[in-house]
Amino acid sequence: MGVFTQSAPRGFRGKLFEINWAFVLLILLVGLIGVGMLYSVEGGAWNPYASRHAARLGVGLMAMVVIALFPPRFWMGIAYPAFLGALVLLIGVELIGATAMGAQRWIDIGPIRMQPSEIMKIALVLALARYYHDLPEEKVSSLGGLIIPALMIAVPMGLIIKQPDLGTSLLLAATGVVIVFLAGLSWKVIIGAGVMGGIGGGFFFQYGLQDYQRRRIMTFINPEDDPMGAGYHILQSKIALGSGGMTGKGYMEGTQAHLNFLPEKQTDFIFTMLGEEFGFIGGLVVLGLYALILANCIMIATSCRSVFLRLVVMGVATTFSLYVFINVGMVMGMLPVVGVPLPMISYGGTVMMTVLIGLGLILGAHVHRDTEPPKGAGLFG
Amino acid sequence: MRRDKQEAQAQFNRRSLLLSGLGAGAFAALGARMYGLQVLEQDAYRLLSEQNQFNFRLQPPARGRLLDRFGEPLAENRESYRLMIVRDQAGDPRAALERLSRYMPLSEARIERILRAVSRTSRFTPVTVAEDLDWETFARINLHLPDLPGITPDVGEVRTYPRPYDFAHVTGYVQAAPPEAANDDPLLLHPGFRIGRTGAELQHEDRLRGSAGQLKVEVNATGRVMREIPEQSIPSVPGQDVTLTLDARAQRTAMEALGDQSAAAVGIDVITGEILVLASTPSFDPNAFVLGIGQEAFAALNNNPYRPLFNKATTGLYAPASTVKVMSSLAALEHGVVDPDETIYCGGHTRLGNRNFHCWRREGHGRVNLHEALKGSCDVYYYEMAHRLGIERYNEMLESCGLGQFFEIGLPYPRRAEGLVPGPAWKRSRRNEPWTTGDTYNVGIGQGALLSSPLQLAVMTARIATGRRVMPTLSRMEGAQPDFGPMGWTDEHINLVRQAMSGVVNEPGGSAYWPLGTRGIDLEGLEMAGKTGTSQVYSITTEERAAGVRDQDDLPWRLRNHGLFVSYAPVAAPRYAVTVVIEHGGGGTRAAVPAQAILRDLVRRDPSNTRPDMFASAARPVTEG
Repeated sequence: MGVFTQSAPRGFRGKLFEINWAFVLLILLVGLIGVGMLYSVEGGAWNPYASRHAARLGVGLMAMVVIALFPPRFWMGIAYPAFLGALVLLIGVELIGATAMGAQRWIDIGPIRMQPSEIMKIALVLALARYYHDLPEEKVSSLGGLIIPALMIAVPMGLIIKQPDLGTSLLLAATGVVIVFLAGLSWKVIIGAGVMGGIGGGFFFQYGLQDYQRRRIMTFINPEDDPMGAGYHILQSKIALGSGGMTGKGYMEGTQAHLNFLPEKQTDFIFTMLGEEFGFIGGLVVLGLYALILANCIMIATSCRSVFLRLVVMGVATTFSLYVFINVGMVMGMLPVVGVPLPMISYGGTVMMTVLIGLGLILGAHVHRDTEPPKGAGLFG
Repeated sequence: MRRDKQEAQAQFNRRSLLLSGLGAGAFAALGARMYGLQVLEQDAYRLLSEQNQFNFRLQPPARGRLLDRFGEPLAENRESYRLMIVRDQAGDPRAALERLSRYMPLSEARIERILRAVSRTSRFTPVTVAEDLDWETFARINLHLPDLPGITPDVGEVRTYPRPYDFAHVTGYVQAAPPEAANDDPLLLHPGFRIGRTGAELQHEDRLRGSAGQLKVEVNATGRVMREIPEQSIPSVPGQDVTLTLDARAQRTAMEALGDQSAAAVGIDVITGEILVLASTPSFDPNAFVLGIGQEAFAALNNNPYRPLFNKATTGLYAPASTVKVMSSLAALEHGVVDPDETIYCGGHTRLGNRNFHCWRREGHGRVNLHEALKGSCDVYYYEMAHRLGIERYNEMLESCGLGQFFEIGLPYPRRAEGLVPGPAWKRSRRNEPWTTGDTYNVGIGQGALLSSPLQLAVMTARIATGRRVMPTLSRMEGAQPDFGPMGWTDEHINLVRQAMSGVVNEPGGSAYWPLGTRGIDLEGLEMAGKTGTSQVYSITTEERAAGVRDQDDLPWRLRNHGLFVSYAPVAAPRYAVTVVIEHGGGGTRAAVPAQAILRDLVRRDPSNTRPDMFASAARPVTEG
């Protein structure tokens, strides 16, 4: 037990006792809402979505608890290798990836199909947290201290844009920037980078984006301009939500969803279906549950003694909140259609896995909140 | 070091709080947006959702039938097994049609035509592939339907004319509305919907059509019907039946009697003015037009010299010839220019100035009084009558009998067919020449520029037969019979004319006695009166006569004379008037035979509208010879 320092909870039973079970319950609840909605997607059938979602939820929740029991040193130890591994997989996708939905995002490893970009979301958080954990505070805003995190963010981002998956790459960038910000980057650098980023972003919009990505952004601004084309999905989504009204059309009674006016209702547009069937109140309940989960995350983050755990928690929480915000904002026509799922509710194995791994890390951070591994500690250090 | 740590933790907490605030703001924005959509704007979106969910499918109304006076259908609807193609479900329509061609014949040209129609309509609109399939083909295709995505079977209604050739000119036909007329009327654009294009179908379109219903259906995003909601639908209102005055059996008799000659027959109930027979031969099959007549078949009809598409009964114009002598006699008596016993000598011709006006009977009639003259149709007598009356008084009688008049009988005319009653004013305006006595002579025997339709001659006969201002109609009148005003003729005069008309048929020397009385045609039970007419088309020249052309039969068909016959029956109490015109039939006597057949049929028919006191003889059963 020498790897654990200071007042870490001792023993398996002690650690289980330290698990924040209320947090687990919240996550289970959201996951079960997902099962219920996926049951409705198929017009009241368990297959193919609801049953698999339920199974993944069960396995994933158990994995989440197991992950929570691993000591922070372990995660620090695998941070860099995991990042490099994810990077290799991303390059692999470029070379051998399968195409799904017009984008090259998947990689087949035997029977498993996976999205390396999802793994990268966790790996980047770990790697950046590890980097700042080791970096003396005074060097955070120095040129040397900036270049490595910038590369750690930019390289995977570039690879994911090439897939092309604009949503995930922006999500990754936002998460990375939040970690850098929380690591203590000075405001002068932040403002300077903001201005530079604005200019660079303008150029990027003009020359760095695929046509379809630019079009998505443009139709987002006024989707009704093209009701049968690019804006059709958003318009139908708004009709579904709006016609749900205050209390909704009733479970499995959503006409927009069940008559297929709603696209991708088992993944990206599942919140719309929920809003159509359960109305404003149903949507508010789901947003409330997410808000509770996020509030919990922030409380855990501020209670952590180590820089590594704090940054991991906030990094994962940022990704999680961006998932929710982008997805819900998208289906209501506030944000462009970028194909971001609603965590725990949308159907999809890889996303469920990364979300639950991430939440497992947060849960673990709560268990190990008083642990403070030394700088430079490795897996076996 | 320790304080640095604390400072770092504090900075982290501050910044976390800042981010939490941002996050809370973002979530609040989501909530506000949701509130806007789902609470504030819910009504607008609910409406849009319903517009997505529900659709109205047009339900075309069943077309009303056309019936004869006894309720026999002249035009009705029958079930038609149809196949439709829907592009959205077919994927590749050409492939779908080629698959279909394994089960039924589909020519390449037909496939092309269907594909053009498919490309013009929306993805979800059904387009007709085939109509009026026989049951066997339809059943076979239904069996293989799983292999034929996009092909939908359907049972619709199609117009049918049960006795196609007999009533074609009266019923007319229905066809798809021409694109320019369809405008945006969804009913007219509906596949398989047809409107009246000619005849009674066109005349009574408003009553026959009915109004379309709307079937409310739930559709999914691809337009497929998921569910029908009949309780929220508007049912279609079928069109009304229209009863015509025609007597279907008498019409068939007329068609058979006219045979394959180019001819027309009109039969009128002289008491009511109802048209019982309106026949024009040769005829055509209106069913061919309903399902779309091919260009070749149409051209054949259109170029046929017998003009089958043309309704000769209402719009064919012919010189009335000797049939005018009925009116001429009456006018002469009414104006007192002749005494019925006065005789005039006919030597086969009369001279006017240096011109010779012939009688049709070269050897002449000898001395004839009015009865003899009309019976034998003596031209010389009527040259004199016209001359004594003068053109004004003569024309006045013709016009009051219906010549030169347009009769609105309830059929659309392709053009107004008033015919022509020429007079001095007409000649002045047309040729800028004065009217001559020779012109009066010509018009006096129904030739010259004088033109009339078979319908007009039937009206004339009806007016002579009743002495009343009979107006013809094809639209059946319910209840009260019309009360036509009297013509104002003296009974004694009209009776003299009627007796002479009876003599034409029933007395030796009558111009129709020979064909009707002696040719084995049994006139028993048929007390009819009539008048022949031979309308000259071409004068046989002296040279031709010298070269051996003696007879009409020696001339080419198109140069032969038209044969006319006007008649009514029974003699004692006239009830029916029948006019027959045989184009290029050679002479009036040939028209008398079919007229007799039609009259016989009309009289033998149970006259349910007949007043028994007037018409006892017609109820008597007649044995056929």
